[in-house]
Amino acid sequence: MTVERIVSETKDPFPVGMRVLAVDDDPTCLLLLETLLRRCQYHVTTTSQAITALKMLRENKNMFDLVISDVHMPDMDGFKLLELVGLEMDLPVIMLSANGDTKLVMKGITHGACDYLLKPVRIEELKNIWQHVVRRKKFDRKDRNNSDSKDKPHADSGEAAGIGKADNNVKINKKRKDQNEDEDEDLDENGHDNDDPSAQKKPRVVWSVELHRKFVAAVNQLGIEKAVPKKILELMNVEKLTRENVASHLQALILTFSALSYYDPKVIRMLTVIFCFQKFRLYLKRISCVANQQANMAAAVGTADSSYLRMGSLNGLGNFHAFAGTDQLHNAAFRSFPPSGVLGRLNTPAGLGIRGLPSPGTIQLGHAQNSGHSSNDQSKLQSLVPGNHNTNILQGMPMSLELDQLQNNKGVTHIGELPTANSTAVFPVSGSLIDSRIAGFSNNSLGVTSNSLMLEGSSQQATLHASNLRDGVSSIGFQNVNTLSDFASIDPLSSQLRDSKADLQGQAAPINCNAGPMIRSVPQEWNAPYQSHLMSCSVNSSIPVNGAMVQLDQCLDRNNSIFHRTMDSDSIGPLNFVDPLSIEHSEGLNSAAMKPPVIEKEGYLMYQPRPHGNHIPDNIGSLEDLASAMMKQDRDKGNPTNGNFGHNSYSHRTCI
Amino acid sequence: MERNPLRRQLQIMRKSLFDQGYLDEQFVQLEELQDDSNPNFVEEVVTLYYRDSARLILNLEQALERKPYNFNKLDAYMHQFKGSSSSIGAKKVKAESTLFREYCKSGNGEGCMRCFQQLKKEYATLRKKLEAYFQLARQAGPMETACRPK
Repeated sequence: MTVERIVSETKDPFPVGMRVLAVDDDPTCLLLLETLLRRCQYHVTTTSQAITALKMLRENKNMFDLVISDVHMPDMDGFKLLELVGLEMDLPVIMLSANGDTKLVMKGITHGACDYLLKPVRIEELKNIWQHVVRRKKFDRKDRNNSDSKDKPHADSGEAAGIGKADNNVKINKKRKDQNEDEDEDLDENGHDNDDPSAQKKPRVVWSVELHRKFVAAVNQLGIEKAVPKKILELMNVEKLTRENVASHLQALILTFSALSYYDPKVIRMLTVIFCFQKFRLYLKRISCVANQQANMAAAVGTADSSYLRMGSLNGLGNFHAFAGTDQLHNAAFRSFPPSGVLGRLNTPAGLGIRGLPSPGTIQLGHAQNSGHSSNDQSKLQSLVPGNHNTNILQGMPMSLELDQLQNNKGVTHIGELPTANSTAVFPVSGSLIDSRIAGFSNNSLGVTSNSLMLEGSSQQATLHASNLRDGVSSIGFQNVNTLSDFASIDPLSSQLRDSKADLQGQAAPINCNAGPMIRSVPQEWNAPYQSHLMSCSVNSSIPVNGAMVQLDQCLDRNNSIFHRTMDSDSIGPLNFVDPLSIEHSEGLNSAAMKPPVIEKEGYLMYQPRPHGNHIPDNIGSLEDLASAMMKQDRDKGNPTNGNFGHNSYSHRTCI
Repeated sequence: MERNPLRRQLQIMRKSLFDQGYLDEQFVQLEELQDDSNPNFVEEVVTLYYRDSARLILNLEQALERKPYNFNKLDAYMHQFKGSSSSIGAKKVKAESTLFREYCKSGNGEGCMRCFQQLKKEYATLRKKLEAYFQLARQAGPMETACRPK
């Protein structure tokens, strides 16, 4: 429900008529809950099965404003449902339980629940739950307002993706602009396509929008399951593009998304934004308004063939579900990763769900995949998951380049060095993003986003990792897309990130670190109801940008083995990384991966920011430079697991 | 005070249920939800509760027959049982459930078994009393308002 809608409701002033979905396997409790909710004048739908609930939510994204769910359910753990809802639909979710253990409550909150009620629930408590819906919308609106003022008008949507909090947006936008300015030139110069094939060892392929589009189209055509680098390459038919380039790009995307799967709603939002560009941002914005987003997300998540990567809803995470490190990883999309690596994952319908932190607000990058096609367009993006088709995710990734850069940072994902492929940036959102073209977004976005933001993270924001993330994130996605005005959208995100200090506390690349465990564990978890939620990868893990093929190869190999496990399942299980903090970059942003001091706290993976292990030159004018710098660093150090890009990194490592 | 003798009797019965600790405040909530549009709400919920909890009790019995005890499972069942019992305000039953769970957590099989027996007794007692109560309520006619236990 959008704010506008609420406001314009003349018949029944909100919260009257608020649409609640109640889920509880206990019929007594369910009946009681239903009656209580009706008494509060809400519109209630009940189901005793979580799976049914998910189905309903996915079928119609805008059907509900709020979800109340029991924790203890036979068909699906309440926390899982929480995560999924947060990620896919970005709806506020309230947990209910007879068990009031602090641990459980904490778990609920970290998974993104916006409230945790004890049974027997009282009507007084239910009378207030509408606040959660409003709060969400309000923030969006605020963000939007801020971004609007900052961003350039977006052609596709009138709304600026207000992902972060208003303040954040403002700051981020500003910052982004500055950065972008510098970057743009460089980026533009980079041009498109591939480098000299002879330099394949470390091809620096600039994944321009056009190239990325081709990539996405190829993937779409092949279908998630069959989109292997070799075939994609064939379909793309781009001269001088090598299979490694493609693989790397794919990997990067997946990693990014995986990394993005994060429980922390804010993080997810951020990631979403970054990766999905404008649309994604818009989507995030709208999520809380409960607008179309759900539809997109649901589609993305639900469709079997969507390979969208879902970014854990940051908010959702609110949803941000706190992921227990290992658990979360499980979900990773990795599962779907075929041996050839990267693509596999993308293919999974679930896409890499980036988790979304509990608050459903999370960004679901993947969502965009609704099978729909890009027609989802911009408005759809709101839901971030830009509906385009599965490939949307990929589409969104023009930034692959950027990601690469980011990854270069040290990018090798730690898990095996997930291939941080050049392109990485998996931005599920993409599909539509690119198409929808982020019009209107601030221009700086392009350049700025990626490298500048990220890499410079350290220089710029010593604090707030969030901001780094922000920057990084934004840059990740948008690098190549000049037209992506999305970046502007990222700004909000950045600001958001910035603000989410708490979240990002110097988490270096949690994703990276987790990647390892994730991958391993992932295979088990991916199962479809949860569809890929790559939640866990926090931005930090960022997709390592591997400029170097060498690394890529390594990664690929590694990935292959790593993914090997995951490949069995199509769905990408949610990576529950609860690691809001992970997004934080430490100053050095370096390779947190390497030795991420991962602190698992209640399921949070926290990476300590890496000390400047890998130093990324500050003056990186372009992603390419960054990429090479990173590569060099990595190579020099032989430390593949650097997930971080130099600065605070936000290592884009997608956990695969 | 109700003039109608049946109603009065009903009130007395109700009060004693509260006074003796069979029911708690939650039951009052249920009563408050009962209105003209939902005239038999309380009885509906309680009936549903009995149906569902009977199943849980059966599960628990079966689980308690298997040695060694699977405490996790027992705890899970009891958690559910506790949830629904608390939803209708079944105070004593809820207390027994809590105790049972404590025994589960500490792995005290004997305690679990004893507690379960006690729980079943309380459950049966409550059921009887509530059935009598509802029967009387039907005879007495619709209650005007819910009265809070004094």
